[in-house]
Amino acid sequence: MSPAITLATARRILTQLRHDHRTLGLIVGVPTLLMILLRYVLDRPQAFDRYGPMLLAIFPFTVMFIVTSIATLRERTSGTLERLMTMPLGRLDLLLGYALAFGLTALVQVGVVSAVALTWLGLDLRGSVWTLLALTLFAALLGVALGLLASAFARTEFQAVQFMPAFVLPQLLLAGLFVPRDQMSTALRWIADALPLSYLVEAMRELTGQAGLTGTLLRDTAVVAGCTVLGLLLGAATLRRRTP
Amino acid sequence: MTNYAIEVRDLRVARGGRAVLHDLTFEVPHGSVVGLLGPSGCGKTTLMRAVVGVQIVQSGTVTVLGRPAGHRDLRRRVGYATQSPAVYADLTVRENLRYFAAVLGADRGDADRVAEEVGLGGARDQVAASLSGGQLNRASLAVALLGRPELLVFDEPTVGLDPVLRGELWELFHELAGRGTTLLVSSHVMDEAARCERLLLMREGLIIADDTPDALRERTGADDLEQAFLKVIEQRGKVAA
Ligand SMILES: Nc1ncnc2c1ncn2[C@@H]1O[C@H](COP(=O)(O)OP(=O)(O)OP(=O)(O)O)[C@@H](O)[C@H]1O
Ligand SMILES: [Mg+2]
Repeated sequence: MSPAITLATARRILTQLRHDHRTLGLIVGVPTLLMILLRYVLDRPQAFDRYGPMLLAIFPFTVMFIVTSIATLRERTSGTLERLMTMPLGRLDLLLGYALAFGLTALVQVGVVSAVALTWLGLDLRGSVWTLLALTLFAALLGVALGLLASAFARTEFQAVQFMPAFVLPQLLLAGLFVPRDQMSTALRWIADALPLSYLVEAMRELTGQAGLTGTLLRDTAVVAGCTVLGLLLGAATLRRRTP
Repeated sequence: MTNYAIEVRDLRVARGGRAVLHDLTFEVPHGSVVGLLGPSGCGKTTLMRAVVGVQIVQSGTVTVLGRPAGHRDLRRRVGYATQSPAVYADLTVRENLRYFAAVLGADRGDADRVAEEVGLGGARDQVAASLSGGQLNRASLAVALLGRPELLVFDEPTVGLDPVLRGELWELFHELAGRGTTLLVSSHVMDEAARCERLLLMREGLIIADDTPDALRERTGADDLEQAFLKVIEQRGKVAA
């Protein structure tokens, strides 16, 4: 691993994004629009206060999952990955480069969406804005890590796009967003407890209801961070220098 | 240290459950331009992948610049250009070259140097996706030249280029060899074979001739290399019969 190569990789990925204005626009614009939509569909400030923050974490997670899985799949199919694998680039350099670049992008995304939510839409947050930003950054990094991992199992971009509903939607259903986890049947509850998004949603709920850093919040954040690291390591294991 | 830039011993490779390279043995001397020729599907790309160390091999050894192929010490010393251009389509030529230069630890000026060498100086600020096929090919070639590697492995570098450009690239290859670089260049156009110092003729995963172009013509009594190649196949048929 080399910091210089990691940074060069992150810079390269950001340059690619900069050339693609529309993607950049969508990354920031779509969640903002959805947030506005949610506010007026719910039409009750209390309901918005409950769901708003959770969505604030789910947007960066989902968007970064899609963007990362497609970007790394492209890297695999275009031959640039094979080329990099003949060069002195460590596998972690590539993964951390992606995490860094998309983490920064997520920060911009979350910055805009939370600014709109907290001011115009009047989202009421008990916890601190900084904790919110930190948590959403973790959410984005979790998306990057799982996206990297998922891309290893996709041969084509069609498959990669399908992984979004396959990876993300079941997690959303089980995360306690619609039905609290402790009201689920035991089997579902077990599955839900094993999925990282459940902890993200719980942490967000904690943040909405409580001021200050609670034990649950810290534990949940640690679980999300742990899953991110695990995802990145598993992702690194799927990158092979030699292929059949 | 060995005298050879590449030494291959009993190399056997299977792809998709089928044997693709059958116990190949050959070597490539330092500072020469060696052509790897043979019909489509005979295993040229597979062999080159084994040389740069990205191919899983069944058995045998591939030694490159005195180390096993793919060794970490070789990652700055071997430049590889794949058959289909491998650059980032959404970056400009310069951004591509600067990135790969950074990965290789080459200095920034190197990006401009290699762009000039492949004749892409004027298209430096063009996004790769907007390059013509031949330009894209040369952009990919330029990446392999970054950091002045000692061994260059080029998989069909001149496909889609006009005769003038092809001539210029071959001049560049010889100039590089003159400076001590070793080049392994694949092609399936026989008229390029004459420009190599040595030829490896491949067919169905076997090396059927390993010689200089002159010796090959002499041995087979053929006027051009295309004929010589066919004669070699014919002679082998007789031996086998
Ligand atoms: N990923 C793969 N999986 C299975 N078989 C493969 C794979 N790649 C190549 N092959 C097979 O291996 C053989 C050799 O392929 P290779 O690409 O090395 O040929 P080549 O000489 O480079 O051909 P060309 O001149 O058309 O590029 C072919 O029969 C091909 O079908
Ligand atoms: Mg080939």
